[in-house]
Amino acid sequence: MRRPRMLGRLRDVVAALAVAGAAVGAVQVAGVGDAAAQARPARVSIGIVTFLSGGAAGPFGVPARNGAEILVEALNEGKVPAPYAEKGLGGVPIETVFVDEAGGATRQVTELRNLVQRQQVDLVIGYISSGDCLAVAPVAEELKKLLVLFDCGTPRIFEDRAYKYVFRTAGHAVLDSVGAARYVLARKPGLRTIAGINQNYAWGQDSWNDFRAAMLALKPDVKEASVQFPKLFAGQYGAEISALLGANPEVVHSSFWGGDMEALILQGAPRGLFDKTQVLLTPGETVLARLGRRLPDGIMVGARGPHGPFAPDNELNRWLIAAYQDRYNTPPTYPVYHMAQAILGVKAAWEKAMKAAGGRWPTTDQVVAALERLTFESPSGPISMSLGNGHQAAEPVAYGVTKFDQASGRSRVVDVVRYDAACVNPPEGVKSLDWITSGFKGAKCP
Amino acid sequence: MTTAAAILVDGVIYAAWLFVISVGLSLIYGVMRILNVAHGSLYALGAYTAASLVIAWFGAGGAPWVSYLLLLLAALAVGLVLGPLVERGVLRWAYGRDEVVLLLVTYSVFLILEDLTKLVWGVDPYYASQPYALLGRVAVAGLAYSVYDFAVVGCALLVGGGLWAVFNRTRAGRLVLAVIHDREVSLAMGINVPRVYVAAFAAGAALAALGGAITAPMISVVPGISVEIIVLAFAVVVIGGLGSLGGAALGALIVGLVRAAAVHTLPQAELFIIYAVMALVLALRPHGLFGRVELRRI
Amino acid sequence: MRGRLRALATAAGTLALLLAGAVLPAWALFLGTVALAKGLTILGLVFLMRAGLVSFGQGLYYALGAYAAGFLGEHLGVTDAFAVLGAGVVLAVLVAALVGVLMVQYREIFFAMLSLAFSMILYGVLVKTQTFGSTDGINVPPATFLGWAPAAGRLRVALYLLTVLAGAAAVAAARRYALSTLGSLAHAIRDNEIRVEYLGASVARAIYVKYLLAAGLAGLSGGLVALTVGHIDPEMAYWTTSGEFVFVALLGGTGNVLAPMLGSVVFEVARSYAYAYSPYTWQMLLGLLMLAVILFVPHGLGSLAERWSARRAR
Repeated sequence: MRRPRMLGRLRDVVAALAVAGAAVGAVQVAGVGDAAAQARPARVSIGIVTFLSGGAAGPFGVPARNGAEILVEALNEGKVPAPYAEKGLGGVPIETVFVDEAGGATRQVTELRNLVQRQQVDLVIGYISSGDCLAVAPVAEELKKLLVLFDCGTPRIFEDRAYKYVFRTAGHAVLDSVGAARYVLARKPGLRTIAGINQNYAWGQDSWNDFRAAMLALKPDVKEASVQFPKLFAGQYGAEISALLGANPEVVHSSFWGGDMEALILQGAPRGLFDKTQVLLTPGETVLARLGRRLPDGIMVGARGPHGPFAPDNELNRWLIAAYQDRYNTPPTYPVYHMAQAILGVKAAWEKAMKAAGGRWPTTDQVVAALERLTFESPSGPISMSLGNGHQAAEPVAYGVTKFDQASGRSRVVDVVRYDAACVNPPEGVKSLDWITSGFKGAKCP
Repeated sequence: MTTAAAILVDGVIYAAWLFVISVGLSLIYGVMRILNVAHGSLYALGAYTAASLVIAWFGAGGAPWVSYLLLLLAALAVGLVLGPLVERGVLRWAYGRDEVVLLLVTYSVFLILEDLTKLVWGVDPYYASQPYALLGRVAVAGLAYSVYDFAVVGCALLVGGGLWAVFNRTRAGRLVLAVIHDREVSLAMGINVPRVYVAAFAAGAALAALGGAITAPMISVVPGISVEIIVLAFAVVVIGGLGSLGGAALGALIVGLVRAAAVHTLPQAELFIIYAVMALVLALRPHGLFGRVELRRI
Repeated sequence: MRGRLRALATAAGTLALLLAGAVLPAWALFLGTVALAKGLTILGLVFLMRAGLVSFGQGLYYALGAYAAGFLGEHLGVTDAFAVLGAGVVLAVLVAALVGVLMVQYREIFFAMLSLAFSMILYGVLVKTQTFGSTDGINVPPATFLGWAPAAGRLRVALYLLTVLAGAAAVAAARRYALSTLGSLAHAIRDNEIRVEYLGASVARAIYVKYLLAAGLAGLSGGLVALTVGHIDPEMAYWTTSGEFVFVALLGGTGNVLAPMLGSVVFEVARSYAYAYSPYTWQMLLGLLMLAVILFVPHGLGSLAERWSARRAR
């Protein structure tokens, strides 16, 4: 019995290989054809990926989704102020498909393919986690679909690789750290000791490394008193706060976000962490409205760009604040601004491409060409896609100090300093860390 | 010297918190042989319920000290409502199956409770920090601590002492001990084992919720807090020995002190120090420090 | 006769899957590749589970296989699929040979917890390793096949075919192993180890071999997923990844070597649709699905297929 079975199996394997070859050939023939000129569709479909569950949903994912909903609705009704008054994208109404970003990078690669190939969206806007951004960028490139990264921070995306179909309409995380170092030194020129408490994953590690390098480049005699790296979502920082209190540094840097940042504030304030040392929270703006009186005065906060209380007073911004406040009863935080930048950048590029194509519906390649190196208006002021071969926005950054405002029941920011994009971003073609260690060669600061 | 003192104080505070959040897991395992993944959800539900009660109480202008009773009330409410519901509604249908099947049943319950929590409370954070700041601060070894931290230590001692007294001084507790030691013989002796199961699961759920309730004032209550607790609690009870009260206490103390030592002297190692301790303890004592070696039947 | 029929059925199934590569829409091809690749880890897990051992740390070997592919591709420029997959399997088996010496002494929940601890230590190390991009992970360059570098569309098909063939080979080998003396000890070990020892067989040796096999399969599986997805991160070694493998293993059932593949495909498809059509409550849907399977199909989805074919045979 044995021998014939073996033979039979061998035959099957050979057959399988033959079929494999045939299948490859079949796909070779079938897999072509992307119509050049396209008719104007009934609607344009945007896949939007943000965290709808887990720890990043509350501070980032859901505000960003809310911002997308408000903006898309208003765009479809033609209610957004100039230069975005035309309805939808070039008159075609926008439809959105929301996907949860939870579940890790493997999951997100699969879901991006499903969005594009199964649900047939025309473009995708999304991704808060840097790991997800790094994972999905090559996929968009392979599928030749426009992908606009709206919030993730790592500079590696466009510094390690070049993409045609991938854009990021928000600044990368280097500007947070460089701006923070400049602001701290402007306020405390005689600074001698710094400390850090950052989450032990890529965002926290990168934030601290950049901040530390920027600090040492600007003031080489600064010493590190204590460098804490608790686990992401640890929630309990008693021992870390003791270590920071014991080390007694002049400035504590933290890139904590969401529940972790709030837990650090709630646990640190009663123990005097914020009275004893100057604390700096790089994404601190997200809790100004939430924590109210619980947020101690005098904390240095940023908003990952000129967003929220740091945003300029222009018509788009006034409209966004009024629309968001009206529906969600809280002012928009920076993820809302980042989402607005992504959607408005796409709209600006889309309509520019349509104009260039003589009013015909543009192809993805035409939109991509229009978005490259584009400068467009946003609630955060004009955004220039001037880095990463025209695929990466260079944003300004601003820092300020918290002060509780009795009348509104929220903290405001005072002593605001704004740094131009050319001051806190590396010049085109220079890697961030090289730029910092070179002493910010080419930076244009006022 | 100050560092050593700080490690000791921070370690004990953290250990006390760990003990409260993990003792319920050990109790349920001891009685029912179920490694309850839904422990994390019950913890989160305790935290949400406590936060909602505290916010409502302060919103209504109630006396501040009552908020501590509200934390306790939240834990009891979650335990007494959800405990029997989960045990009678879901778990009992899978009794007699493999341990790992029961574990996955609780994992399914975890997934369901996770989304239910989100549907009820949304994704925005809840703050109930008044009880944390209310007691003021005290200086120990030159560092400022919140008095609430020491109240958590007190709470852990009460929970531990209370459980010990129940097991060793009451009839009901001894019945539970009998079930822990031998389920079949207990059944044969006329102990109402199903009732013991309901009670044990409700008590374990209430302890999980108590962990969440006492944590609520220290954190912002947000989605995702449940996942972090599960593995932490697993590690503590596995190190100590599953199903052992003393084991949970010792496990918590070891993890607390080692973590505090790492934070003060080698912050980079904090990430995996707990797992390193767990691997080391299991390598030396395969059933945990207080674990019983199962008799093998021929 | 039964055995021959099964072998034929397996070959026919493999052929059908290979053919499907030509007609499946692109998203389904990708989903199928990932599902079948993950199915290999689950197949290894099922070997252990038959002997009563549940590993909550298969992510350790899964991640090692993936990082072997990522490291070779991104840092050494080696992109040949066979080379990187082979390296992943060798690395996983070598580590398992060391860790396994300790693991064979553990049973039940302690085996589960110790395996979890080891995978979490790897997770910690990966998070601290800047060369591998910490939690952001690294990209894995497109695979080549013995010098052939296919374009994107064909690469997807090639990876699918490779995964199907690897899966078919693994299933065939698994069946052969399960029927061998060493393999058929699994149920006996689960029921009563002492009796097995009295029969003159070494329980430790049988478990050690199973552990190595499971690790090798997980290494292969991680490598295939890394090549398919094109990105790897430490999440692959995190306990939730390992937990998901156990979840899917039970969904499929442990009675049949094809069940892990079936379970994996059903799980991936179900989750994908839950994500797409219920983005706010997909976890709850998965939980309900799992509860329904555990309570109403106690031997897993694989047992449904068994029952069906048994009825046909009659």
